[in-house]
Amino acid sequence: MLEVTNLDVRYGAIHAIRGVSLSVPEGMVVTLIGANGAGKTTILRTLSGLLRATGGGVRFLGDEITGLPSHQIVKRGLVHIPEGRIVFANMSVLENLELGAYLRRDREVKSDLERVFVLFPRLKERIHQSAGTLSGGEQQMLAIGRGLMSRPRFLLMDEPSLGLAPLLVQGIFEIVREIHRQGTTILLVEQNAHMALQVADFAYVLESGHIVMSGPAAEIAQDPRVRDAYLGGA
Amino acid sequence: MQEFLQQLVNGIAIGSIYALIALGYTMVYGILRFVNFAHGDVFMVGAFFGLFAAGWIGASAGANGPAAVVVVFLAAMFGAAVLGVILERFAYKPVRGQPRLNALITAIGVSLFLENAGILIFGADPKTFPELLPPANYSVGGVKISSTQVMTLAGSCLLMLGLNFVVYRTRIGKAMRAVSFSRDAASLMGIPTDRVITATFALGSALAAAAGVLFSMSYPRLDPLMGVMQGLKAFVAAVLGGIGNIPGAVVGGLVLGLAETLVSGYLSSTYRDAIAFVLLIVILIVKPSGLLGRAVSEKV
Repeated sequence: MLEVTNLDVRYGAIHAIRGVSLSVPEGMVVTLIGANGAGKTTILRTLSGLLRATGGGVRFLGDEITGLPSHQIVKRGLVHIPEGRIVFANMSVLENLELGAYLRRDREVKSDLERVFVLFPRLKERIHQSAGTLSGGEQQMLAIGRGLMSRPRFLLMDEPSLGLAPLLVQGIFEIVREIHRQGTTILLVEQNAHMALQVADFAYVLESGHIVMSGPAAEIAQDPRVRDAYLGGA
Repeated sequence: MQEFLQQLVNGIAIGSIYALIALGYTMVYGILRFVNFAHGDVFMVGAFFGLFAAGWIGASAGANGPAAVVVVFLAAMFGAAVLGVILERFAYKPVRGQPRLNALITAIGVSLFLENAGILIFGADPKTFPELLPPANYSVGGVKISSTQVMTLAGSCLLMLGLNFVVYRTRIGKAMRAVSFSRDAASLMGIPTDRVITATFALGSALAAAAGVLFSMSYPRLDPLMGVMQGLKAFVAAVLGGIGNIPGAVVGGLVLGLAETLVSGYLSSTYRDAIAFVLLIVILIVKPSGLLGRAVSEKV
């Protein structure tokens, strides 16, 4: 569904991503794990058009999407839920969710809103509250809910568990599973490799801008090097 | 007391013109974090567009009245909106994504370009704006209000309500608020940010042109440098209210207008132009984020 070949990204003199190739087949959850600064977020930002690749290509559903502006990529159903719970803090929960459906003109926006509220009942309770006053976990729920409002066929999720209390982390991963069950393909970027490998079917390990290992998530989770470096030797 | 009320009316009238110009500064700043120093010159060009429209419908020959007013306003606002879009596309867009200083210097360049193009095309000698409304003075409890002042108050109220509607009730307005919060997050929602920026320039420039026409109705001497001082003052108004904040621009404009008329009424008209900059210095010392602005820590 998503094919990345030889992706290269530079910020000025810094060569952030060096020839990364990966593929995400339809219906799968694929995770990209790696340490802080390995380039995970850079890859997602390039896939969603926020950054320009300096080399290589991205194909989505068979079409070349390298270099397209973000809004056209979103229109194709490739939706990026950014890291750091960037919600529109100056707007209400409802307005945030409505912005997620910005490109849609169909009649099912209302019923999708209800689906988001089934997934996150907390958001319904706070529907008219300003998003900036929500707790960290609630903001993450809102960011995910807002992403779902654009009816993604493919979700790029950047560190959904970042900075959340352990109990909430469990909940967020449950949500990731549920979204996948409902038919969305997911590329999940995580520092919490332990959880990510449990949810994912396939995994890539990124180190200093290139892929050093890939394989079925269960195998990667058993690999001694991965266990040492990312799973706390557990 | 009566004199005070009179000053109040005069202050609100000129203040609402500053507010209209300040709105353009603040909207562009809100979206791009960039001060468009050519905005005062867009105000000037808008006034000239109004002058041409008035000449074209024969307002100077007595064809005045409400219909003429509407035509002049629409023509000036439309022309300035097109100008704003052109400036954004050919001057500011190419330097977007570069250090902010580049955009600032570009804006100063655009400003000089518009002023000198104005001298070349319109001529350096002042032009007289025709009377669009039959001159009349109404008296309310001893306070005199001219028909032009009524027009100014009604016109700017209408425009501000219209802007409020656009920003808070329409799709494009919601997109503007999203872009102003975070351009990246907005594009991930599928919002075409370039188009939103273009729309913001168009809207801001149209408001400046409306201010230009209103200003010319009260002070009917038009020259290509008329935007310099008014533009600076409106910029002060925007900073005073909290730049990037839409209600702030309105408050800042009104405060500035009132301060000016009160100073020239009770102290001396010599200080009329100085008070704007005194206010600027005071606000920058006391509350740099502006009257309605919230302090934001710069992201590093």
